[in-house]
Amino acid sequence: MVNRTVPELVAAARGGELRATARLLTLVERGGEMADRVAEATHRHVGNAHVVGVTGPPGSGKSTLTAVWTTRLAEAGRRPAVLAVDPSSPLTGGAILGDRVRMAEATAVGVFIRSMATRGHAGGLALAVPGMVRVLDVAGFDPVIVETVGVGQVEVDVTAATDTALVVVTPGMGDAVQANKAGLLEVADMFAVNKYDRPGAADVRRDLELMLDLSKLTGHGRPGAVARPPILSTVATTGEGVADLADAVDAHLEALKAAGMLATRRNERRLAEVRSRLDHLLLEASAVALEDESDPDAGPGGAGGHVGADDAVLAGEPPGVTARRLAERLLRGFEG
Amino acid sequence: MPDGLPVRVVLAKLGLDGHDRGLKVVARMLRDGGMEVVYLGLRQTTGSIIDAVEQEDADVVGISMLNAGHLTLGPRMVDALADAGLDVPVVIGGIVPDEDRPALAAAGVAGVLGPGAPADEVVACVRAAAASRGR
Repeated sequence: MVNRTVPELVAAARGGELRATARLLTLVERGGEMADRVAEATHRHVGNAHVVGVTGPPGSGKSTLTAVWTTRLAEAGRRPAVLAVDPSSPLTGGAILGDRVRMAEATAVGVFIRSMATRGHAGGLALAVPGMVRVLDVAGFDPVIVETVGVGQVEVDVTAATDTALVVVTPGMGDAVQANKAGLLEVADMFAVNKYDRPGAADVRRDLELMLDLSKLTGHGRPGAVARPPILSTVATTGEGVADLADAVDAHLEALKAAGMLATRRNERRLAEVRSRLDHLLLEASAVALEDESDPDAGPGGAGGHVGADDAVLAGEPPGVTARRLAERLLRGFEG
Repeated sequence: MPDGLPVRVVLAKLGLDGHDRGLKVVARMLRDGGMEVVYLGLRQTTGSIIDAVEQEDADVVGISMLNAGHLTLGPRMVDALADAGLDVPVVIGGIVPDEDRPALAAAGVAGVLGPGAPADEVVACVRAAAASRGR
């Protein structure tokens, strides 16, 4: 397996070989030229998998819910795969990827699970997620479930990367729900109120219903929304409500198809991937621009040539001015 | 392992041994050493570990045993990976008497970490095991 080419790996993955799929995922995750080759070899064959995002606050039960749900799907003869994203340490780059702990049962019935770290990417997903979703799609998995890190602006990322976005909330987080309601409302295609056996669950449900009522009045909501997001009640640890959740997810795909919105969302997904790749390249370019040293003939104030960021700081140039100068220089470089 | 990429390690308790604090400490050490740790936790079998190694495309397997099962289960893990065609080194951590180390090395165990092993040693041992991998 060491020396197989990308097309050989793709053919093997399409034939159901898990190890080839795993290797392709690694190549995509590492990025660079090999990742581009995998993208070349896969992007024309995608589109068979329903891509579902599962997001929500840490500890809301995303992994447990996903495990119970995918176990049922596998038992019913489907081939679900899970991409589980956990954060990388900003200090060391290391990560503890713990989702498999709660997914042992799912693994036992053949659910394919891949853990991944954000590797410095902000937004709750990793840069490689769209490419890895493509690999799983081409390998014949359906649905492909992307479980995000549960914080911050996650919601936006998961919307851009999936067909259907499920937001998991729990009782006892009333304030958090209030605080996040704009974000949640804008991205959710459906909600699961998990830990529904706990006190306060009905209140969470009511709050969500009210928010949805208001959003209808003001015309907000996720672009391409085909229906009012359903609110499911679940207890992941007992499996209660999970069958309804599974049905709601399937129904959302059918609704997207019926409304002619599936292709639109998938085009938006590709555009979002272009945007996040571009952002990444610009970040890299900006790191280079920051390191660019002054021209030897640069006089005071940059009269004779380029003054690098370090010298500009020492010379007391206002940071905003330095930044604009560096940005203009970068853009000139792109034009040349 | 290409340079600059995080080493991916699958960590598990193999067999019936409910003591996982040591493994959690090791997970933290490896994380702080810049590695990506796929944590499986308690009561894993050679089969469940192999599933994880395969799907996660891991570079190293770390198993923890505090129940004196290492001479039986350590070599069994190494053999099971080889039988599955997976070229992934195994590191064992736990209570391993010094006199057992040659037998484990002979069985193909890439490294042994005893109680109180400092973080530097743990990270270096796993890193060396990853580097020994033929890919």
